[in-house]
Amino acid sequence: MGLLSPADQDKLRASFSEMTSNVRVLFFTQSLDCETCLHTRHILDELPALSDKIAIEEVNFVLEKEKATQYGIDRVPALALLADGSNGDGRDSRIRFLGAPSGYEFISLVQALLLVGGRASSLTDENRQKLAAVDKPMTVQVFTTPT
Amino acid sequence: MAFSNSHITAYAVEATEFPDLARRYRVTGVPKTVVDETVEILGGLPQDLFVAQALSGRDPSVGPIGP
Repeated sequence: MGLLSPADQDKLRASFSEMTSNVRVLFFTQSLDCETCLHTRHILDELPALSDKIAIEEVNFVLEKEKATQYGIDRVPALALLADGSNGDGRDSRIRFLGAPSGYEFISLVQALLLVGGRASSLTDENRQKLAAVDKPMTVQVFTTPT
Repeated sequence: MAFSNSHITAYAVEATEFPDLARRYRVTGVPKTVVDETVEILGGLPQDLFVAQALSGRDPSVGPIGP
């Protein structure tokens, strides 16, 4: 059963067609005690059908703790987006999603996929320069709700 | 921002799914952005203001921009 209408699928397919590089989505999940993991799985299942540049890789949060720690993931469901180089070694975009990417979060996920997939950043040159000066770890958390 | 600088990590957090985080960061409205546990940005801002505020906690030469 698809979550997206055929019209939305067409729109997304058109948007994703502008991607110039592959994106790998690490999906941290667990089968028990996770109310929205399955829902997240269903949302993510829609994506590879819309673009051959998008791949989903499931990571078992319980069994692969090291990987979760490596990507700064301490709860599920969670996503980490990797820019896939031509040689297949994913460069970490350092963009994460915590919780099911439904509603507005789904739009944010689509935007993030396009950015990591090669679309020009919307940052102005001036802001990019300011951000380039950050030379210590910085964590930005954006809280949203699905509606 | 995160994609532009590997020192920066960005989390989009679904607040209703993680009430512990929403409580810890006193999220009473969305969107709410928390930078390094210290800087809080309420609502959506134009890019220049958002970047300035996000950096206000670490660069003494950039003062916080008040509402």
